Amino acid sequence: MIPHSFDYKRASSVEEAIEILQNGSYAKVLGGGHSLVPALKLRLNAPDTLVDVTRIESLKGIGIEDGTLVIGAANTHHEIATSADVQNTLSFLAKGASAIGDVQVRNKGTIGGSIAHADPSADWPALLLAADASIVIQGADGTKTVSAQDFFTGFFSTILEETDIITQIRIPIPPEGTKSTYQKFVQPASRFAIVGCAAVKEPSGATRVAFAGVSDYAFRDEAVESASSSGASAEEAASKAAEGVSIMSDHYASEDYRKHLAKVYARRALVEVS
Amino acid sequence: MEIKISVNVNGKDYVREVEPRTLLVHFLRDTLRLTGTHIGCDTSSCGACTIHVDGVAVKSCTMLAVQADGCTVTTIEGLAQGAELHPLQEGFKECHGLQCGFCTPGMIMTAADLLAKNPSPSESEIRHGLEGNFCRCTGYHNIVKAVQYAAEKMSNEVSA
Amino acid sequence: MSNKYIGKAVKRVEDKRFITGKGKYTDDMILPGQTYAYIIRSPYAHAKVNSIDISHALSAEGVVAVFTGDDIAQSGINGVPAGWQVNFKNGDIMKEPPHPLLVGTGSTVKHVGDAVAVVIAESKEIAADAAEMVEIDYEVFDAVVNPADAVKEGAPLVHEAAPNNIAFDWEIGNPKAEVDEAIANSHHVTSLEFVNQRMIPNPIEPRSAIGLYEPSTDRYTLYTSTQNPHLIRLLMCAFVLGIPEHKVRVVGPDVGGGFGSKIFHYTEEALVTWCSKQIERPVKWTSERSEAFITDAHGRDHVTHAEMGFDKEGNVTALRIKTFANLGAYLSTFAPAVPTYLHGTLLQGLYTTPKIHLDMTCAFTHTNAVDAYRGAGRPEATYLLERLMDLAAHEMGIDPVELRMKNFIPPFDGVNQPGYQTQVALQYDSGNYQEVLKRGVAMLGYEEFRKAQAEAAQSNKLLGVGFSTYVEACGIAPSAVVGALGARAGLYEVGQVRVQPTGKVSVYTGAHSHGQGHETTFAQVVADKLGIPLEDVEIHHGDTETVAFGMGTYGSRSLAVGGSAIVKSLEKIIEKGAKIAAHKLEANVDDLTFADGKYTVNGTDKSVAFGDIALTAYIPHNYPAGLEPGLDFSSFYDPANFTYPFGCHIAVVEVDKETGKVSLKRFIAVDDVGNVINPMIVDGQIHGGLAQGIGQALLEGAIFDENGQLINGSYMDYCMPRADDLPMFELDRTETPCPHNPLGVKGAGEAGCIGSTPAVVNAVLDALWSGGFGHVKDILMPTTPERVWRAMNS
Repeated sequence: MIPHSFDYKRASSVEEAIEILQNGSYAKVLGGGHSLVPALKLRLNAPDTLVDVTRIESLKGIGIEDGTLVIGAANTHHEIATSADVQNTLSFLAKGASAIGDVQVRNKGTIGGSIAHADPSADWPALLLAADASIVIQGADGTKTVSAQDFFTGFFSTILEETDIITQIRIPIPPEGTKSTYQKFVQPASRFAIVGCAAVKEPSGATRVAFAGVSDYAFRDEAVESASSSGASAEEAASKAAEGVSIMSDHYASEDYRKHLAKVYARRALVEVS
Repeated sequence: MEIKISVNVNGKDYVREVEPRTLLVHFLRDTLRLTGTHIGCDTSSCGACTIHVDGVAVKSCTMLAVQADGCTVTTIEGLAQGAELHPLQEGFKECHGLQCGFCTPGMIMTAADLLAKNPSPSESEIRHGLEGNFCRCTGYHNIVKAVQYAAEKMSNEVSA
Repeated sequence: MSNKYIGKAVKRVEDKRFITGKGKYTDDMILPGQTYAYIIRSPYAHAKVNSIDISHALSAEGVVAVFTGDDIAQSGINGVPAGWQVNFKNGDIMKEPPHPLLVGTGSTVKHVGDAVAVVIAESKEIAADAAEMVEIDYEVFDAVVNPADAVKEGAPLVHEAAPNNIAFDWEIGNPKAEVDEAIANSHHVTSLEFVNQRMIPNPIEPRSAIGLYEPSTDRYTLYTSTQNPHLIRLLMCAFVLGIPEHKVRVVGPDVGGGFGSKIFHYTEEALVTWCSKQIERPVKWTSERSEAFITDAHGRDHVTHAEMGFDKEGNVTALRIKTFANLGAYLSTFAPAVPTYLHGTLLQGLYTTPKIHLDMTCAFTHTNAVDAYRGAGRPEATYLLERLMDLAAHEMGIDPVELRMKNFIPPFDGVNQPGYQTQVALQYDSGNYQEVLKRGVAMLGYEEFRKAQAEAAQSNKLLGVGFSTYVEACGIAPSAVVGALGARAGLYEVGQVRVQPTGKVSVYTGAHSHGQGHETTFAQVVADKLGIPLEDVEIHHGDTETVAFGMGTYGSRSLAVGGSAIVKSLEKIIEKGAKIAAHKLEANVDDLTFADGKYTVNGTDKSVAFGDIALTAYIPHNYPAGLEPGLDFSSFYDPANFTYPFGCHIAVVEVDKETGKVSLKRFIAVDDVGNVINPMIVDGQIHGGLAQGIGQALLEGAIFDENGQLINGSYMDYCMPRADDLPMFELDRTETPCPHNPLGVKGAGEAGCIGSTPAVVNAVLDALWSGGFGHVKDILMPTTPERVWRAMNS
């Protein structure tokens, strides 16, 4: 319950935050703190400096720019869940955000913090993959935008460098008539996903399906996507889910059960968007 | 390495030096001696430490005191208006929404956040709204009733 | 006498402080000069402590002291004792290896969390930092965690002194040969192997203790989150620290729930007390939740094979059981009593079963101690019986309600009909089991349910109903009886009623309220008996300095035993008051009636109010000759028998055929806890018990790996029931008075937890049976989605 000692710096700009990160021997970015603070309390992580980025104005705000939904990295899950812009354009993101943790967690936890942490059972990675989102990263060498596909690289890993800050999440607003959903089979204690299935189907039939909780990290299930995109029934497309990936196992869901759930949830999601 | 922070807690301004690693809940309990906010776990799960920071419910065990610098904090001790109980406090008493009392402050603070966002929640919305708070005594039955009682009373106050 | 308060839903007087954040729990206190203890615990389940190096920690700034088991041993301190002795079948005394406060160098730790050293510092931050500087070298050994495995040849030994890890074996019931014969001659035998999994009590307030030693008076005070301060003082003084009892005050202030886990005398209580003497400053230890998971006593943990025989008509002919009970690494305070006298004696259930035999083996393992958890032994007995009942009904094609009705003991009130003598030692006081089941079935709407179930069976959402009827033994307990059974303490209770000169009343009870609402319920009894306003009564509890003595709160005993002690004192008050009244009214004592707060001369309007009597008792100017002044009585009440609440619990569940996920749709509970003083509080007790029993069926359960690591030792993995896991409960009750205590009450604290678990599991199985999975006999608890899915796909 008592973290190791560390320094605390509150950055007022992204540039200042990056500078602090560059100067600390082991500095970590503090967002909503809902992944980092519990780890500090249990002494699982012991940075020497925390850089609080939650008061950087440029990291906040949800809006629409030229057909793109833009979410600041320091926006909380609650702000996203209740944003009219999100609800009107990509309602499944709002639904997904409101399924994270609990009320207090959603009030404080941020989207940037969640995706930086890249917990394999977290909801945001799958949601952003299905949304075909891009992540804007500012680092010592400037700013870059990467697709969610490229952002998540493994078990609790991303392409983020130690001195990088996520600034924005940019999501193309899909064409009129696109349907989307997020179906979550919840781990009852932690309320993380045992299986979370995000699905987006455009009027053209093009379908994106992504999973949380199933494998080492969130992934787009191309077999399901291509079957569904080419007109296969929900049942048929879903039967291809979670094949050929390593499947996680724990005392709530063994490997084969989790795989079974992935297929059930893929079907339920696809039925929802058909 | 201590950092000076100023926080308004229950309407009173405090300026204190804190270690960066001091959790907000420890600051409230040990430094300000506001012990109504409790600690029931170390994984941000149980909600016993729930308070309001700038008007929204947060788990004060998952926030550093330094993060509250410049913020307005309300704890269970600051919920009543003088001698007049908040409708939720009254509801918990009227409906026997508490037994040992340990989860109660956090439960009430979360329920206050819920009613602020949704003044007339359904039973299922109440249950969902309290998912971040554990109670081991009541089976939640009377807690749901207490929140319903408060919602009813607050809506009558508004319409009156 | 008219009751103004008894039987009414009086709002709780204790609530004000809790809803305003003014409750005072142990960790809320900071004593002047207080230091903070951090206890260093073994990360291994079974390992030898080769060496401990405290030098770095000791030299850290702000560290006051570091103690190891060697320091404790050198001062001649004993380990904490068990409070109950159970003997082997052959009469040998149970194995009771020592439970040291800290495991010393050269000794072995016996579970993850076993304490090895304590760092005491000026702040909790310093203590936590310094704890990391203590270097301990362990030699790790194999561990055993399952009680049935522990007793096998060659299993890793927990204690050298307990061969095959057997603490004791034990049996109860009819001669085994008779039961074997009855089973062999049965028309049908329902057989079930199952596990009653280990539960973690998880009161939301983690345990906390502050030791305070005052050199100037050579006195100690221990503030501790306990359910029974006097027992802690007795055990700690007489058996552990060897300090004079009159020099020690133990206070259990506001306590944030216990559910059994705060009954026991824990090592940390003695440790902070001992440490405070060494450093002559107060020492506080507060458990973190992760620490609570690996140090609080757990509950249940039985591995059982049970067989129930029936004749052609469906009458139960015999019950034969073999159970291995896990006691953990050390014998906790009540541990030996739980699988034996609180479990074996309940195997009659509500049925007329003529032959019963339980063969029990109680084993040590490399896990936390296992002791009483809400219900303590009785939920295990009920689970066993009620699972067998529904399974037998399924196997024999008899309706489960009909099967129970056929086998119930006929109604008896214990006054006009005698109590019911069971095959397993107890004599039930009163019961009407048919009535609770009848009411429950009516509330369910049984016929309509079966129709809905048949329709649902065609879909992906199966419906199931599960029944459970129970009787339990609480109001613990007659001292002579429990003494004969091995208790090392009496189980009476103390109630003192002190009428102040102004007629206000202070009551001191040895029971301890940690959520039960004694400050209200007991005050209702006192106010009505004395005919005074509730506000004129205050209940004091939890402090050995103010309360004469007491045995604390557990076993649903507070009102039945503690309340009865108060009633005894009230009777003495009223009797003495009558003498004063007779003097004042110039009447004969025998001509007076006390009612509604005044003594009246029969047949006249001459009366004197209770308040006048109180004042006269303390200002005895015009006073009966030879009568002592004052109005203050203390009584010890030792019950004549246990009390026997009973009830019927019915669960309705929906099972998602695709995922195995179970949703609890309805829960009906018709309980009979005897007379009811405060129906609101009784309902609250039932609600809470139900949630815990349902939690066991659906969500909770400790999981140890083969190395003895608790792999779900946090709330991220151990699933506590939350608001959205449960429905509104549907409650009703009947009131069959207890014939042997003055209030006619039986006890409500554990009933909900005792009856509910099998109802839910039976409902899950009933859903599966309705969906064509009739071959499924059992699903391990908690019935997680995967387990249910596997049962359907096996």
